[in-house]
Amino acid sequence: MCCALPVVACVQMESKTILSLFLSVSLLGCIKGETNVEQGNREGVLHFGNYGEPQGVDPHVATGVPEHHIIGALFEGLVQKNPNSLAIEPAVAERWTVSDDGRVYTFTIRNNAVWSNGDKVTAADFEWSWWRALQPALASSYVFMYFPIKNAEAYFNQQLTDFADVGIKAIDEKTFRVELDAPAPYFLQLLDHYALFPVHRLTVEKFGEPDESYTRWTRPENIVSNGPFLLDEWRLFKYLSVKKNPNYWDASKVKLNAIRFYPIDKQTTEERMFRAGQLHRTEEVPIDRIPWYRENRPELLKIAPYIGTYLYRINTGKPHLADVRVRQALSMSVDRRRLIDTVLNGLFTPAFSVVPPGLLGYEPPDVFTYDPDKARQLLSDAGYPGGKGYPGLEIQYNTHEQHRKIAIAIQQMWREELGINVRLQNKDWKVYLDDETTGNFDASRGGWIGDYVDPNTFMDIWTAASGVNRTGFSNEEFDRLVLQQAPNAKDHDTRLQIFQEAERLFLEHMPVVPLYTYSSKHLAHPSVKGLYSNYMDYYNFRYVSLVPDSTSGKPN
Amino acid sequence: MLRFIVFRLLQAIPVLFVVISATFFLVRQAPGGPFDAEKPVIPAVKRALEAKYNLDQSLFQQYLSYMGDLVQGDMGPSFKYPGWAVQDLIASGFPVTAELGIYALLIALLVGTSAGVFASLKPNTRQDYIPMSVAMIGICMPTFLLGPLLVLVFGIWLEWLPISGWGDLPGDKILPSITLGAAYAAYIARLSRGGMLEVMSQDYIRTARAKGLPEHVVVLKHALRGGLVPVVAYLGPAFAGLLSGSFVVETIFQIPGLGRFYVQAAFNRDYTMILGTTIFLSTLIVLFNLLSDVIATWMNPRLRDSLRGGPQ
Amino acid sequence: MSEALDVNADVIANEEHGISLWADAWRRLKSNRLALGSLVFLLSLIVLCLLTPWLAPYGYEQQNLELGATPPSLAHWMGTDVFGRDLLTRLLYGGRVSLMVGFIATAVALFIGVLWGTVAGYLGGRVDTLMMRLVDILYALPFIIFIILLMVVFGRSVLLLFMAIGAVEWLTMARIVRGQVQGIRQQEYIEAAIAMGLPVWRIIWRHVVPNTMGPVIVYATLTIPQVMLLEAFLSFLGLGIQPPQSSWGLLISYGAESMEEYPWLLVFPGLALASTLFALNFLGDGLRDALDPRASKD
Repeated sequence: MCCALPVVACVQMESKTILSLFLSVSLLGCIKGETNVEQGNREGVLHFGNYGEPQGVDPHVATGVPEHHIIGALFEGLVQKNPNSLAIEPAVAERWTVSDDGRVYTFTIRNNAVWSNGDKVTAADFEWSWWRALQPALASSYVFMYFPIKNAEAYFNQQLTDFADVGIKAIDEKTFRVELDAPAPYFLQLLDHYALFPVHRLTVEKFGEPDESYTRWTRPENIVSNGPFLLDEWRLFKYLSVKKNPNYWDASKVKLNAIRFYPIDKQTTEERMFRAGQLHRTEEVPIDRIPWYRENRPELLKIAPYIGTYLYRINTGKPHLADVRVRQALSMSVDRRRLIDTVLNGLFTPAFSVVPPGLLGYEPPDVFTYDPDKARQLLSDAGYPGGKGYPGLEIQYNTHEQHRKIAIAIQQMWREELGINVRLQNKDWKVYLDDETTGNFDASRGGWIGDYVDPNTFMDIWTAASGVNRTGFSNEEFDRLVLQQAPNAKDHDTRLQIFQEAERLFLEHMPVVPLYTYSSKHLAHPSVKGLYSNYMDYYNFRYVSLVPDSTSGKPN
Repeated sequence: MLRFIVFRLLQAIPVLFVVISATFFLVRQAPGGPFDAEKPVIPAVKRALEAKYNLDQSLFQQYLSYMGDLVQGDMGPSFKYPGWAVQDLIASGFPVTAELGIYALLIALLVGTSAGVFASLKPNTRQDYIPMSVAMIGICMPTFLLGPLLVLVFGIWLEWLPISGWGDLPGDKILPSITLGAAYAAYIARLSRGGMLEVMSQDYIRTARAKGLPEHVVVLKHALRGGLVPVVAYLGPAFAGLLSGSFVVETIFQIPGLGRFYVQAAFNRDYTMILGTTIFLSTLIVLFNLLSDVIATWMNPRLRDSLRGGPQ
Repeated sequence: MSEALDVNADVIANEEHGISLWADAWRRLKSNRLALGSLVFLLSLIVLCLLTPWLAPYGYEQQNLELGATPPSLAHWMGTDVFGRDLLTRLLYGGRVSLMVGFIATAVALFIGVLWGTVAGYLGGRVDTLMMRLVDILYALPFIIFIILLMVVFGRSVLLLFMAIGAVEWLTMARIVRGQVQGIRQQEYIEAAIAMGLPVWRIIWRHVVPNTMGPVIVYATLTIPQVMLLEAFLSFLGLGIQPPQSSWGLLISYGAESMEEYPWLLVFPGLALASTLFALNFLGDGLRDALDPRASKD
């Protein structure tokens, strides 16, 4: 019906009866009627802004944030996090025990855990699924999540061929045992990552080899999953919808009937869709838009500290950046508070460390602060008094509004405080990555989001062999602290002290300029309950419900 | 005429061959690969991925096997969305973009030619300036500006029309079609005005006038045919441009079209997708350029006569 | 900018030499008040942009973070952006970039396109086929990859910016010119010129090219704003100017992102582009009318 409308519209424009064009358009307005949000509230369907088109929903192959939300609705691991407190709670496993040395975990799988086709979820399912994830040919991006498990890395690298040697074992139908190389206090958190979710063996094998990725087993008509929701419909670049799984063990408590995930890569589009009542919740909020919401509709704005650090990598391999004093000068001369309060609308928290504060009680070392006088002194000591003789440097960033704004402000700060020449260069994402990986940069904007709540996820990336490092920083003492001492620490406090020592060492070398700790920012309609703000920006759709209140379905 | 068309279609084969081959080797030279990410995959995984997509073979071997598959109609899986074959993705995106492009072009033609022809009848008067100025809004307002503006006015403030989607809610096709058509309307208005003025001073129009034919007959029967030749010549590239250039509109309005695939494939270094969309679009470009040449020839009396004897 | 001035200088110089076509054209252009007004407007805009470093009230990179984005005021006639930078200043500096890119890149496209299209259209046959199929091929290559590769090979320079834009824009120009020339080729006066044994280049230059000028000028005036916006897109790819410098295209695209919050950041750059475009358009029409060879017979 609507296909013919634009033509009608322009015929009318042609005959210059613009009035009738407006009439017909306003008529359309009338038939348009209910918004997604109003309809969703009535039918129990959550309309969820989801950043990008998911590459796929195979838990062992997926990598991104959009996939994360969807797979979390479709599958369930042994344990999961409480969406409010992030405490570990039972999921497929109803209970577990940990050996005294912290190396052996024994899980008991609940009796009523079933797949969506009615099959029971067994310990063998986990054993087979984890075996599958460790097949090199599957090329699972998050396979390193398995590496705390005994011999898992060796098996993956084919130094070991017998899977029986890996610390993964189904003892009986309901008992599943995992043995670690060394105690890893964050191991239970890993179990809630999709890389360690179970998949349904018969279904996977029906549509291809176990180690074959992106086969048809994940299509809506084929997939068998064990989470609170089922894959219902997948319309590329439009939406992906899931519906309630009646066979889920806790189905009686699941309140939503369905969720529609919209892949929206443009923040301004997403925000306008939200305002037009087409979305219940957005993945992002454009920074320029924040003040308006703060003033007019603060109840819709959900901002919370987020486990991530925004930083500039400094290429320590470049002669004019090799001197640690230059790098320290660069870091100390950035007024983070002023940057955040002005350009970034006060959204984030200044960072003077790479590990965000408060990870399982971890407090970062106090190494430096904003101190322009000291920065000038350091630069002068390095042989460039007042910036004289300094060849200048280039900041590279991938094309993005926020990165551009930050770079412009920092460019000016470095110029004014240090008297050095700073150029900016934006690059398309892949060129930016390529230049960063090959060391073809001076300073490069970067960020890191923790994979789990533990300092380790922010520390092991700076070891010499890490692919994320990309600064040229390489320090044996640091590597030893992070890779050997911390995992074998005798207790939690000692472990934190080791990390603190490692981070102090790292910050003294200053291969990165930490700028701020992230905040997650979303818009959520008042009818949405149970999407809690937390440090991981983690949701569990099991607990989400839609409670329409007396106010209208539109947020504005 | 038929010979001319067959001749041109035969020429398309080497053109497409060069386009495919050049694109194949060019995209591999661009920095960054399809599997590069902020958090790089561990080397063993990367090797496995490369083996899976034959990236471990020599470039020439890959080229040969790609061409071999292509001849059988297989463009391979997309690197970014490996669950789908490139031809399936194109098949899902093209109808949407084509529909959008047709509406946009219709709007552009109707608004553009009427403004241009109307203006050309009394050049340098108010009858010229006003319609031309209106038509030019489309160029002053680039798509990335007009789209959000229409969204704000008609979607958010007046709440008349949906602001995203395609075929999901009634009326959601109106704003994107107008947005995409506006820029082309301005071009067409300018071209048709220029073409009409050119023709109106030609001898055969003077003759027609001298014969005492009424002005509307002169304009509609004689002048339009020649006067719109530049517009027709422009239509071929314009439609092809609409298909690949609908990216911005598709992004603003959340439309699952080919324009987004085409642009995002380049940014993602999705080699097979870049090639697939390029092959598809270049075939269309060749066809549309041919079509517009045929129509232009038909509309130009002298050329038509010369072509009766075949091409040269 | 200088190219555009040269064109006018050419027109004037040719008048002095008494070449009738150009002299005629100039005389007729002078009598078209709207076109003349537009010419004066464009010239003063060019002068204004040339003098910007002396005229601008602030530095284009001078920030005042605490001030932030403010609407127009006495101190800042066009308001400020989120960095507290004066928009008027940035608009003037941006105009330098945009006008230069617009005119030079269009001139490049014009030159290649007219030359290519004329030769193809005039010679016809195999040469035409070969030349136009090459145009088809270039049309079809993926543009973004093409630009990224250009940057890899040649580095990121302003010169490359002109080349990249010219390389894209000339294609349509060539097609339009070829279509025109094919028609002209069949005209009696060309056949007469051939019969008289005039050399080919002379026929092309004296009889064919002037007759294609109408659509070419129209298309060129349309290309200039297009090119100014293309420049903004290319700078998102990393080619072209980088912050803190700016251009009208960039100011408009950033303005569009925050049009609800800071409308002035969109309105003023938008007006600058629109008024330039209108002036170009009227001037283009005036030139077209003035250069119409048949009109000169009157």
